[in-house]
Amino acid sequence: MTDRDFDRISGRSTTGHEWDGIKELNTPLPRWWISTFYATILWAIAYWVVYPAWPLLSSYTTGVFHYSARASVANDLAGLEKLRGEKMAVLGKVSLTEIETDPALLALGRARGKTVFADNCAPCHGSGGAGAKGYPNLNDDDWLWGGSLDQIQQTIQFGARSGHAQAHEGQMLAFGRDGILRKDEIATVANYVRSLSGLSTVANFDAAAGARIFADNCAACHGENAKGNQELGAPNLTDHIWLYGSDEETLIETISYGRAGIMPAWSGRFDPITIKALAVYVHSLGGGQ
Amino acid sequence: MKLALNKTGPRDDPPIGEDGPLYTAHRKVHPQSVCGTFRTIKWRLMVVCLGIYYLLPFVRWRRGLGAPGQAVLLDFPNRRFYFFFIELWPQELYYFTGLLVLAALALFLMNALGGRIWCGYLCPQTAWTDLFYAVERWVEGDRRDRLRAAARPMTVGRAAKRVLKHAVWLMIAWWTGGAWVLYFADAHTLVRDLATFQAPAIAYIWIGILTVTTYLLAGYMREQVCVYMCPWPRIQAALTDEWALNVTYKYDRGEQRCSLKKSFDLRARGEKIGDCIDCNQCVAVCPTGVDIRNGAQLGCIQCGLCIDACDAVMKKIGRKSRLIGYDNDINIRRRMEGKSELFKPVRPRTIVYASLISVVCATMLYGLLSRTLLDVNVLHDRSPMAVRLSDGSIRNGYTVRVLNKLAFDRVIAIDIDGPPQTSVHVVGVDSVTVERPTIVLARDTTTELRLLVTAPADDTSERSMPVTFRVTDIGLGEVAAATDHFVFP
Repeated sequence: MTDRDFDRISGRSTTGHEWDGIKELNTPLPRWWISTFYATILWAIAYWVVYPAWPLLSSYTTGVFHYSARASVANDLAGLEKLRGEKMAVLGKVSLTEIETDPALLALGRARGKTVFADNCAPCHGSGGAGAKGYPNLNDDDWLWGGSLDQIQQTIQFGARSGHAQAHEGQMLAFGRDGILRKDEIATVANYVRSLSGLSTVANFDAAAGARIFADNCAACHGENAKGNQELGAPNLTDHIWLYGSDEETLIETISYGRAGIMPAWSGRFDPITIKALAVYVHSLGGGQ
Repeated sequence: MKLALNKTGPRDDPPIGEDGPLYTAHRKVHPQSVCGTFRTIKWRLMVVCLGIYYLLPFVRWRRGLGAPGQAVLLDFPNRRFYFFFIELWPQELYYFTGLLVLAALALFLMNALGGRIWCGYLCPQTAWTDLFYAVERWVEGDRRDRLRAAARPMTVGRAAKRVLKHAVWLMIAWWTGGAWVLYFADAHTLVRDLATFQAPAIAYIWIGILTVTTYLLAGYMREQVCVYMCPWPRIQAALTDEWALNVTYKYDRGEQRCSLKKSFDLRARGEKIGDCIDCNQCVAVCPTGVDIRNGAQLGCIQCGLCIDACDAVMKKIGRKSRLIGYDNDINIRRRMEGKSELFKPVRPRTIVYASLISVVCATMLYGLLSRTLLDVNVLHDRSPMAVRLSDGSIRNGYTVRVLNKLAFDRVIAIDIDGPPQTSVHVVGVDSVTVERPTIVLARDTTTELRLLVTAPADDTSERSMPVTFRVTDIGLGEVAAATDHFVFP
């Protein structure tokens, strides 16, 4: 470096580049900066040696640590399940009633049930089990398939019209579409059903005809007194709770086309303890039936 | 920028220019031992303060079965704080806020009366540094020996002494950390676990941390903590006033300084000569190495040891004591003008501080005495807000949390004041009295209940009505209540 060029005014070396008589001063980077820069390069090399880095045709370099974020999550989840499992195992050993009457077990069951409910049931039944049209409110005292702890557990396990061999089965026929009843008969029986729970009817409504149509077609499932039948999931038509709606138009639609809401079977997705916790939680929402 | 703190006598550092160093080099202080009133006070306070710190965890207090038997315990895992007869829950943290306010006000009052009483006598930094100095003196000798030794090459004997000193220091520091962790777990169990290496790692880690900080702060940092690290000297300087009594060199009496021998001649000739004989004893005993004769200064922690040193000298030479004493500039000026001394411990500032302290004390006492041991919180269901039942009646769901702060189980009854003819059901509870459910509350815990309140079909035009949940301890008659709303769909 004997032929180094120095700037005469500042006394500093130049890079040797010159434009129109103006020379560029050589201002080297500070040593600490250069060292840090080299260190980052070394770090990067070390990083791809130990961690997954380069994509290959059908796989990737796994690095000497064989680290995988997916495996790490799976490991964490397994650990969580193990941790929970020890606590939750208690729920598996006692009956549903025992869980509900023991404050500590009730708190445990409700806590577990609440999270499972939020993840799996809330999309249809709502976050607090408030339900929606076609999806029953789980806070009230009206239960299509029974509201005892055991009945709730059974419904969660096997579902309703879910295709599971032990699922609840029951059909609301499409009386209009299948030509069982005429349109005017449907309108009459719809008004008759409204009258059962004290709702208003149209002016020229023939109550006797309605009662006859009801006895011939509906009473088989809904009962002589229209109180419903939980064996068949036939709702009580005399109370204040309506799954699809109580106005005349909705009733005519229901009678004409039938209803067949589906509750999936969860026995394949949850272990028995989780289903137990879920049953306790749902039962605690409104105290069941 | 100039930063020259605690400079005494002629400046021997190189002159500090505008671009000079920002820091002055640390000069090690070798305080000399001293006897006297203030030294005695300091010894006694040290024994009391450190005694309380080291022994308090071992004091027991009977609280009943299942509750911890330690008088002072910060039980973080169970979120309880025990202080003798008081048991606080995390939501009562405001008592600690009150204590902090009280501590600050007490500090201000001390300062208004007698300057840095806290710094000189009570501050942990002072107490432990004092203890470490005592150890140093005991092992390596007094100031003179230490200074002489420091100037000479190391010998085997001195090295052995130094090792002994650090060993004793580390032992004290270790006990400081050891006592600290005992406030957070049952002391008797933890001591046994620590000795048998069964204690949790966190206990050893905290002992380690406090050992290191005590050793470094009291053994090495010493007065530098007060001068550079502690915020109180700065705040103190801004808070003080001209009436506060501070450790003061009475220059009206001390100046003109003159050696004892010369002063006899000069006084015989009728010249005005001060009482200070410039013996430098006040500087030699100072634990922060300042010269009190330069006036009030940041480095002075006002421990009063220079008063003891000066008094001893004055007594020896037959002059009046308290050439250095608790005094202020007002009195120095008054004496110079031939007026009598004037002390004003009662003045607006001290009255305000004292009354604020009384107010905070009274508030805290009232809070503590009227503290309820039964409490209830209510949370209305959000979804659904209201449920219509099959018979048309309306039901609202509530999450009710009942707090039992007593050390034993109790039975409560729940009453509802809300819309007419409401009935209540507690999920999972089969109460004998249907109208008025009774619940057993476990001791010292929060019980969460799910309450379903049902009102008959809404013939009212109201959309929402207030509902009060009254919880009554059947045995003690204690009542707690919370109000929420009953909503109609």
